[in-house]
Amino acid sequence: MADPKDAGHLFRMAAVFAAGIIGFLVVRSLFVPESFGQYGHYRGAALAEIAAKPVMFAGHGVCENCHIDVFNVKSNGVHAHVACESCHGPLAKHAADPTTLTPPKIDVAVLCLRCHEADLAKPKTFPQVVSADHSGKVVCDTCHQPHSPKIDSGASQ
Amino acid sequence: MSLTRRHFLVLLPAAAIAWDSIIAGSPEAAPNYNMTDHWWGMLIDVTKCIGCGTCVQACQAENNVPDGYFRTWVERYHVSDWSIENPSVDSPDGGKHGFPSATKEGGKYFYVPKMCNHCADSPCTQVCPVGATFVSPDGIVLVDQKYCLGCRYCIQACPYGCRFLNPETNTASKCTLCYHRITRGLTTACCENCPTGARQLVDLKNPNDPVHKFIETHSVQVLKPHLATQAKAFYYGLDGSVR
Repeated sequence: MADPKDAGHLFRMAAVFAAGIIGFLVVRSLFVPESFGQYGHYRGAALAEIAAKPVMFAGHGVCENCHIDVFNVKSNGVHAHVACESCHGPLAKHAADPTTLTPPKIDVAVLCLRCHEADLAKPKTFPQVVSADHSGKVVCDTCHQPHSPKIDSGASQ
Repeated sequence: MSLTRRHFLVLLPAAAIAWDSIIAGSPEAAPNYNMTDHWWGMLIDVTKCIGCGTCVQACQAENNVPDGYFRTWVERYHVSDWSIENPSVDSPDGGKHGFPSATKEGGKYFYVPKMCNHCADSPCTQVCPVGATFVSPDGIVLVDQKYCLGCRYCIQACPYGCRFLNPETNTASKCTLCYHRITRGLTTACCENCPTGARQLVDLKNPNDPVHKFIETHSVQVLKPHLATQAKAFYYGLDGSVR
């Protein structure tokens, strides 16, 4: 057993180590966010932050609540599976408050052709036209009602 | 010293259990969404894609993606003959405004929508030096915008080229699989707006999900399977030329 009078430097060294460890723990607790490690090696609170972002596209179910007339026309046509906001754009703000934000006018000449202009890469069964040959400069909705675009569907002429 | 070796050994397992519960933390507070019930992925039916770019536009509008950057984009492949090793690929502005009509006849053309594959064993999350990107408990690869340093390491690591540095925030950005939508019971912006149903959200933990059933019963494929990233963007009708 060592002489106790020589043990002082051991206690001083232990005190320095203890202070260092405590200092490290204090600094660590200041810099590491509270939720870090909640689910894994990341900040758990980030999940809720990402999930809290606002929704821009309301979804077709919301549109149908008010626009049941359009829904009825559309559901019998070949565009039944095309969601409203595919063409009309993101309108969650309109759904939340119909008066402040009204849907912008659609540029039919551009919009229809994004899907229906003929291209070799499109599935062969998908209806396609070469716009210049199909109608010249006559815009699509002159003949086709976009919500039910087949000419003999009643909605279109 | 009153703690004997016997007592110490008895206490070890108890300490391990206590430490486990500290690591696990308390369950999440959101009332209607239980993230342990879901394991999200996507089904992309290449045979249905018409290259209209509606998904790209919808993604940009939903997630405020800066112009010229893409969380999802559409590529048009052209394989002129049998040589699937050498396709020619174009994607003008990510296919956002559709594609100009292909003029060269011969061979095969097709569109391939691309996006984050939400790999379960993702290379991008493994390289993050600060724990700013991770696979969430419901299987979505996310970026913590407050924690990201913008070091771009993950952008290099992604074998699918699905990440970019957002010039406005200088942080890594990518597809969140519309986490803010699916946790509210909606589908993603791209799936919601795809006019042909070429993209469909799938819950791989829900055995009754029809899209899950489709994947179960049809030949599907993931991109770059040799990398063993456990990708969860499943492609139906994919050609071997697609990289």
